[in-house]
Parts: sequence; C-alpha cells; structure tokens
Amino acid sequence: MKEMRVLLQNQGKENMSDAAVYIENGGYEGLKKALEMEGWDVIQTLKDAGLRGRGGAGFPSWLKLKFAYDTQSEDKYIVCNADEGEPGTNKDRVLLSCDPHSILEGMAIAGKAVGARKGYIYLRAEYPQIVPIITHAIETAKQAGALGENIFGSGFEFQISIRSGAGAYVCGEETALFESIEGRRGEPRFRPPYPGIQGLFGKPTVLNNVETLANMSHILRNGVEWYQNIGTPTSHGTKLFTVIGNVAQRGVYEFPMGINLKELIFDVCGGVADGKGLLAVQTGGASGAIINPFQIDIPLDIDHISASGGRLGCGTIFVIDDSNCVLDIVRNNIEFFSHESCGKCVPCREGTRRMYDLIQKICAGNGTVKDMLTIRDLAETVRSSALCGLGHSSVVPVISAMDNFPEVFESHLDGDYCEKCHMQRRVMKHG
Amino acid sequence: MANVKLTIDSIAVEVPEGTTILQAAKSLNINIPTLCYHEDQKVKANCRICVVEVNGQKLLQTACSFPVADGMTVVTNSPRVIRARRNTLELILAHHPLDCLTCQKNNSCELQNIAKELNMSKPVRYEVASRNLPIDSSSPSIVHDPNKCIVCGRCLEVCNEVQTVGVLAKEGRSFDVVVNPPYGKVFADTACVNCGQCMQVCPVGALTIHDDTTDIYMAQEAGKTLAVQVAPSVRTTIAEALGEEPGTVSTGRLVTALKRLGFHYVFDTDFSADLTIMEEGNELLHRLNTGGVLPMITSCCPAWVKFCETFYPQYVKHLSSAKSPQQMFGAVIKTFFAERNQIDPQSLFSVSVMPCTAKKYECKRYEMNDSGYQDVDVALTVQELAWMIRTAGIDFKTLPETPFDSPFGLGSGAGEIFAATGGVMEAALRTVYEVVTGQTLESLDFHAVRGVEGLKEAEVNLAGTIVKVAVVHTLSQARAIMERVAAGTADYHFIEVMACPGGCIGGAGNPIRSWKKVLRRTASVYDVDRKLPVRKSHENKEVRVLYQDYLGAPLSEKSEHLLHTKYINRQDILRL
Amino acid sequence: MKQEIYSHTTSQSALVRVAEISARYRNRPDKLMDVILAVQKVVPSMAEDVAAVIAREMGLMQNEVYSFITFYGLLSVKEKGKYIIRMCNNAPCHVRGARAVMDAISDTLKIGVGETTQDRRFTVELCPCLGICDVSPAIMINDKTYGNLTYDSTQALIKRYIREDV
Repeated sequence: MKEMRVLLQNQGKENMSDAAVYIENGGYEGLKKALEMEGWDVIQTLKDAGLRGRGGAGFPSWLKLKFAYDTQSEDKYIVCNADEGEPGTNKDRVLLSCDPHSILEGMAIAGKAVGARKGYIYLRAEYPQIVPIITHAIETAKQAGALGENIFGSGFEFQISIRSGAGAYVCGEETALFESIEGRRGEPRFRPPYPGIQGLFGKPTVLNNVETLANMSHILRNGVEWYQNIGTPTSHGTKLFTVIGNVAQRGVYEFPMGINLKELIFDVCGGVADGKGLLAVQTGGASGAIINPFQIDIPLDIDHISASGGRLGCGTIFVIDDSNCVLDIVRNNIEFFSHESCGKCVPCREGTRRMYDLIQKICAGNGTVKDMLTIRDLAETVRSSALCGLGHSSVVPVISAMDNFPEVFESHLDGDYCEKCHMQRRVMKHG
Repeated sequence: MANVKLTIDSIAVEVPEGTTILQAAKSLNINIPTLCYHEDQKVKANCRICVVEVNGQKLLQTACSFPVADGMTVVTNSPRVIRARRNTLELILAHHPLDCLTCQKNNSCELQNIAKELNMSKPVRYEVASRNLPIDSSSPSIVHDPNKCIVCGRCLEVCNEVQTVGVLAKEGRSFDVVVNPPYGKVFADTACVNCGQCMQVCPVGALTIHDDTTDIYMAQEAGKTLAVQVAPSVRTTIAEALGEEPGTVSTGRLVTALKRLGFHYVFDTDFSADLTIMEEGNELLHRLNTGGVLPMITSCCPAWVKFCETFYPQYVKHLSSAKSPQQMFGAVIKTFFAERNQIDPQSLFSVSVMPCTAKKYECKRYEMNDSGYQDVDVALTVQELAWMIRTAGIDFKTLPETPFDSPFGLGSGAGEIFAATGGVMEAALRTVYEVVTGQTLESLDFHAVRGVEGLKEAEVNLAGTIVKVAVVHTLSQARAIMERVAAGTADYHFIEVMACPGGCIGGAGNPIRSWKKVLRRTASVYDVDRKLPVRKSHENKEVRVLYQDYLGAPLSEKSEHLLHTKYINRQDILRL
Repeated sequence: MKQEIYSHTTSQSALVRVAEISARYRNRPDKLMDVILAVQKVVPSMAEDVAAVIAREMGLMQNEVYSFITFYGLLSVKEKGKYIIRMCNNAPCHVRGARAVMDAISDTLKIGVGETTQDRRFTVELCPCLGICDVSPAIMINDKTYGNLTYDSTQALIKRYIREDV
C-alpha cells in the first residue's frame, strides 16, 4: 500500500524552512487565495471541506473559527498547539521540521478568517531542535512578504511568535496552554467562557493543532472538492499516523482517513517486530483505548474509532507484542496521567493517583474483585467530573483494558503472580 | 440584562442572564453542596463537589461556574450526581488527616460539614495518605498544617490578590501539590503580616489561629493580677462567635463573662483609642503646622505597619509615631495603673481581646516594652475568648450586664468607630476639627473614588486650610496608594489604612466572616457610636484625667516615651 | 521537601546577569518562561535569591515565580548536575527495553532516579515521552537526544559523558 503524501509532500526536500523554497513548491498559494476572500468565506470553505481537528477531539475546525469570528474584539489570537505531549506521538515534530511554512501559512489563513493579527506557536521544550527551524521560517516568510505588516500587499497584518513549554503534558490542553503563555502555572480554566470568546489574554482565540493548521493551507490551495474526495464520508483528508512500539517499521505515515488499522500495522509497517505475536494495540496515545488483536480490522477515521469506545486522537498507533502484559501497560499509562495531572481539580489530582495505586496493587498480585469495582466506580467519577480533558481521558486506557481484557485482570487477582508485571516493576520516582 | 428561563430539578425558574446554576438553585432553596466556592471570592471550580447534570452536556458541570441559559434543564440530585460528589469527597478525605476531634476547626470545618451533608458514613476505600509535612507554628498568629490542606486556593487568592503579601505558593503539581511558603520557609521567615485573612477563608484546619489561651490559665495559676482590655470590635462580634446573630452588641455581658473567667480588671480599649486620637491628632496638627512629613498615615493596624516596613521601608516616616490603642493601653496599665493601685508591674498580667491576629505579633515586637516589661503579655482573639467562655461553662446568652472597670472603662464613640474602615480618620477629624475651629464636626462626607474600589476620600476645611484625607482597607489598596505616595501623586494630608476588608470588624480574630456579616457588624458599630453620650475623644473625662495626673499633654516627653514608637526596615526578608 | 536543597546562594555576578535578562521584560508576565529558560543557563539553580531578582525586575511576586518553576517538569528550584539525563518513562519506550537503559544508567553512575552524582556532573530523571518513539528507547541529555539504546550502548554513551564534555 502506498502512502498519500499531502502534508508530508515536502519531506526530504532541502531547505524547506526557506520561504522561497516553500513558495517554489507551491507554498503560500492557499494564503494568497484566502487574502482575496472575506473572512467568513474562508470559514465557509473549511466548513465545506469538513476539516476536523487533528489534535485529539476531532472537533469541526470551522466552528472554532466561527466562535472567534462572531466575537467582536480589537485583538484576537491564533494559537498553534505544538506541545505534542501525547506519549508515542511525533507527527507534529516531523511536520514542523519538514514543512514549517505549511503551518505558518495555516495560521495566517486562520488569522485572516477571524480577523486576528497575532499568532503564537506554543512549542514543547523537548523539541529544542525545532526552534531554529521555525525561527528561520518566520524570518524568511517575513522577507517574502508572507508574514508581517502587509502580507502580499493585501494590507492584512499577521505576526507570529514562538513560546516555549517546559515539560507539562497538561499544557496541551488549550486553556492550560493559554495560562502557560500568560506566564502562569499551566492549570486549565473552567469553561464556559470558551476560548473563542475569552481565550488567550482574555481575547477571542482559536487554538489548533499543528496538523490541522497544515491542512488549512492545503484546503485553501487545492480546493474543497479535492479535499472532500480524500478519506471517508465523515472524515475527510489525510491523516498522519505515528506507528510505534513493537512494530517492524516505526515512523510517521500519511494515509487518507479510513485506512484499515490491520493493514497499516501488517502491510505498511511490516507487522510485529522480531517475529513476536501481537498482544494488543493502543490507538490515540496514552489516552486511547487498548484493544485486542481481533478488534483491529477497522477503518481509522474519527467516527469509527469513537464508536468503538476509543479515539483516533492524534493518530498514534501503539503496537504491543506478547512479551508484555496489558496490565503493565495500563499501569504505565495511568502513572503517566497521575504524574502529569496539574493538581488543580480533585477528581484528577487524587483520582488518577488512586487508580494508579489500585492498578499497582493488582499488578503486584494483591488485587481483589472489590478493587476492580472501586476502579470502575472511581473511573466514572474522574471521567465525568474532572475539570479538563486530561482527567476525562485518563480513564480510557484503564476502562478499555478492563472491558477488552477481563481475563488478564482476573488472572492477576488474589495472589496470582505475573512475571511480566513484576519484571517491569520499578520504584517510580520523578525528579 | 435579559432574563432566562430554565428548570432546576423540574422546577421552572426565571433568573437574569449571567447567573450561575448555583445562584439560580439557591433562589429555589435548592442547596447544592460546595467546598472551594466562597461567596466573597472568585469562582474556582476545582473541588468539583457542586457538579450537576445539564442537558446537552455529556459530562457533569460545576454549578458554581456554569452560567444558566434559556431552556436549560438542570438536575442537582440524581444518583449519578450524588455518586460523583461522594466519590470526589472520598478522594479528599483519603488525603486528609482524619483527626477531627483534636482539630481547632472541629465543628466549624467546611469539609466536615460536607461529609455530614453527603452522608459519608462508610470508611474510605483508599489508604489514607499524609503529606507528612511539619506543622509550622513559627508565626505568633497563624499555625499552618499543610497536611490538612485541600488545595482549594482560597488562601492564595486572599494573600496574593487581596493583600498582595504573597506568602503562600502552590508548589509542585499532581498528587504532591501543596500550598506552602516558597523555598521551604516557615511563616516567621516570610513577609507574612499576620493579618490572618487566610485563616478566615480556609475551609479546613490547614490555617488556624495560634492559640494562646493556655497562657491565660498559666498566669492565673501563677497568681498574677489579670487586667484585660477589650477592643471596640469585640463587643459586636463575641456574641456572634458564640452563636448569636452577626451584629449583636453585648458589651455588658462581655464584661461579666471576663469577670467570671477570672480577670481582675476589665477595661475598654475604646479608652486608649481616644488616647490614640489625642496623640495622633496632635501629631497631625504638628506636622501640618511645622511642615512635617505628609501625608501622615495611621499606624494602629499592625499588619499594615509590618507591610509598610517590609514593602515600603523608605516611607515609614509617613507613619504616625503613635502606638496602636492596644499598645498604648499596655504601656499605661503597667505604669500609671500599676503605680496608682500599688501593683507590682511584674505580677500584672496584661491581656487584650482583639478582633485581630496581627495584634498577637504586635505585642511581641521587641520595642513594645516601654513600661519596662512586655506591655501587653497576651493578645487573645475573639475566637479564643469564645472558646474560653465555652470551656468555662458560661452561658453567654443569659449573662447579666456589668460596666467596665474604672479608670479605663470609659470610651467615646470616636474610640468605638475604630472598629470600622474610616473610623480612625473620622475619630481623628472630630477632635482635630474642634481643636482648630472650636466647632463640632457633624459628619464626614466621604465619597468613594470612582474606579478605585476600596478607596474613599474626603476634604475638611480646618479654618481655611483644606485638609485632604483618604481611607483604604485591604493591603492591595494600601499598596496602590503607596505607589501614589512614592510617585508623589497622593496629595493627601492624612491617610487611614486598615489591612482587613472592612477594617477591624472584618479582622481575622473574629468569627468566620463573609462580606454580608461584616456589613451587619459595621452597622452595629455605628449604632453604638450614635448611642454613646461622649462621641469625641478629647471629651473623654478619663482621658483628661490621665493627661492631668500623669502624662501632662499630648506629645509631652512622657507621652512620647510611653505612647509613641518607632519603625524598622524589614525589607531584607524579601531577599533583595 | 528538605531544607538543605535551598541553602546555597548565587554569585553576585550571576545575579547581575539575571537582573539584566529579567529587566528587559518588566511588567511582561507572559515572558516569564523565556526569562527563566534564559536564566537557567547562567545560574546553578533557581534559588531563592534568583527568584527574588526575577520577581523584582519583572514586577512579579516571588511566590508566583516559585510556584511557576515548581509546576514545570523541566524547571527546578533544586540544584542539578551539569548533565541532566532524562529517561523516557512512557509505554513506547517501556516496551522497547527502557528498563535495560535505566539499569545501564544507574549501574554506570551508581545513582537512582531523582539523584545527582557527588561531583554534580549528572542528574538522572524520568520524564514523559520525548517525541522520538520511532527510535525508542530514548533518552535526552541536556538538549541532545539519543535513541535505539541498549544496555551496552547506553553504558558507552554515559562513559563518554563522564570522560568528556559532549
């Protein structure tokens, strides 16, 4: 099966952070078209194209733009969420390094759509190598007239600044990200008010994932019809998939929405590495569902995955071979959420830790049926009552594993010893 | 603003747009339990106890933060909601020491109340975890037990935004998050001004009053003569602390209770408030007449004084050198009173009952020993006195009334209104105006300054000289006015600063407050003032006697020695 | 937290540098992250005197600066080694043998997670995903990342860092 390279069409080309090179390759054509359109028509185009957010939730992108468009304000902001923190995901890093201008272009298009003059790229600190690439891209874009005070002579102004994170997964949550940019602890805000009305610095703000913004450039450049013809009826366009774990050929792949998960793992990526058997697959990163090998014959699009209880999320496919134990993976996931909880709201701060404690207890062979019931009860409270998405989705791997691998949990209960869990056991201590 | 219609628990209700679900439910007498929510503070929505079901929302929403909308349907008590609330509360309890019986907040703890409300009758399912952090009792005013903290964020808002002192910081994240002074410091090593407002908002026992009641019993056992002074606010809040309505004035009963508790002499701090006015008023006149440092700023609030010494040390010369009423009284009791009654000052134990936690710190300042001894031995708060009254089995409600002891039992209305923000200013001007003009100042026409919440200004014509005065309460307002003083744009002659919202009547020694309660107390304070026969400090006969027999005159050498003080630069605590 | 970790003081020349960096962004709280990231390069740790200078120059409160630093995983109020070795603790590295890498680090440096070597050259920490899972198991040493590690290659890498500045 062959990849369909739209977002990654410039991967491997030299000097792609030079605006001139990007323009030679057809870049900024989308922005030029947008500059000739009314703001609302740009939003309408994205609506017709059916673009949905690539960061995790799959929210219709045009709607986010509409909220900010409808709010009257002198200042509005476009924020690019490049705080790619979902474990196992590196598509944004790849995209930022191989085609940074496609993201800058997307931001400018979004800015034109809602009437924002200022954009921020919030970049995770673990990607220091990306900073010079984007800095260079912004500089050359300004020189080429694609960013700055008077973009391509249209009179439209759009500036972009880079802001750095410093190791906090929760800052991928949009309001936490705003707090972080404003110079505070990255603790999410309650909603409403929604960011489209009161976001960064209290102004209407549109926050989009790196990949979503890149899509905007291509939609404007190639048109609605072209975009609608890619993917499935409800999820258009291509999607970047990060395939990692115990798989033969790890990496970032681009396919139309709806590609079959099984084919992706076995035909594209060469199946499980080292000739081992497939134990489970987790889609969507640490906050995604863990499923059985017999459940993987499904098309990867936003709605199909949601319907099956998981989420496409950021498009991460985590392949786990049979030398592992599902419970050990669950423990690793929930430990991650417990550690990354910002500590603001009770259900997430206390609940993720208690889930970790209980899973750890089961891993150690000391769990009881009662503990299983407590986990489910607690998980439902964390999911429904936590302040932000981190808490809501932290329970997904736990609950999906309990649903899909009940026998694994049962086999650990009441003093049963699991060598795989035990082997991996370490005293976890974070600095 | 337009109204919106919605239904809560199947009851239709119409409320203004922008109302929260919590407020709308309250209008229907539906009480949604809350924990981090505080009526005088910003919505925080972090405890997640007040969750409700809202139609169209897949997840539960917090009633404190969620605004109503037309056609909304809210369910506040479904099994799903109740289960979520109880599970969340259970998580809090599993990370909180369950030592309620020996906690100062026993029976006044919001967490305890919620646990009862939600009928938490089973043991928690998790291993109860402790932060294992040391209890910090280094402060003379505040005891901090970080192990009890539920990270609601109320104290942070008070300390950082209302008072702008910035002692506490939320430290770390996730399960290990804790509220502590930064860099492992104890309270005594911070810029804390001891205002205690953090304790007033703490829903649990993480921030409590430094309990000094044992010192009283020990002094009694040692056979000391106990003299107690009672601050103006106390008569309006002690009854409230013992379960009566806010604003109940109980002066006579209070004196009876103190007598029954074994205090030999019960005096009225209103008296020394009058003394303060005599000194401070004359100091103001002196500064006005001799080109002294202006604006002069009041110094009777010890929290404010420490704030000024810490954050604006170069401006302490603006502070009136007059001591606070508590300390003036302390100095007089161990000198004049002791001499006249032939009591060895060493065997005299001087106690004050104050609406204030910073007074505990003030009486321990090293320079407060002009009598040759620590002028005030122990400052009790209203809350501590209430505990002592309960412990002694005194039924406060049915007590007969007793007058204050002479010679310091007489106070004027001017002394009484020290309790409320603007009171010291008004009291001072009543006297200053009369001294200068020979006429009675009927009332002070304060007007709020537009756009500056908490700042009031007034102008008084003193025989042709226009004196411009300002009154602020809360230290954020004090900071704002000090920035203007620093910039040279505060063209006032006299400024009154009180650290607590509403003045002393909103002080942290009082029972737990809300702004509504403070307003009711304030009304009572002015009511007392109106009913008092003497309303001006210089007309207080006992004050006159003290000057005639002992001090001479305001600002005399003896007055300067006993009734005035000096200030220190404390900026080094900020490590700058 | 223990008291001793805060007990050092910063040199005057370093504090002057901190003041210069911070003063550029007076009343710009949104620049706090940039300032701290820059300051971290010129001071051994974000000690109390450093936070005080940043707060004073930027017009913030000290406790805000402190609270901010303690929130972010890559910032710290404690003094750390010259090289901070961050080991990914997430599942994608975990299933590719992260444990062996961790063992190699602690066997070589004789310290555990969260600890610093006596000579203050190395601090070992666990961290969340580094975003290079295509070469997991991976570690990050200061700004450099290393992937496809095994016990032996990790040991060789750490030994190189012991010998020379990389």
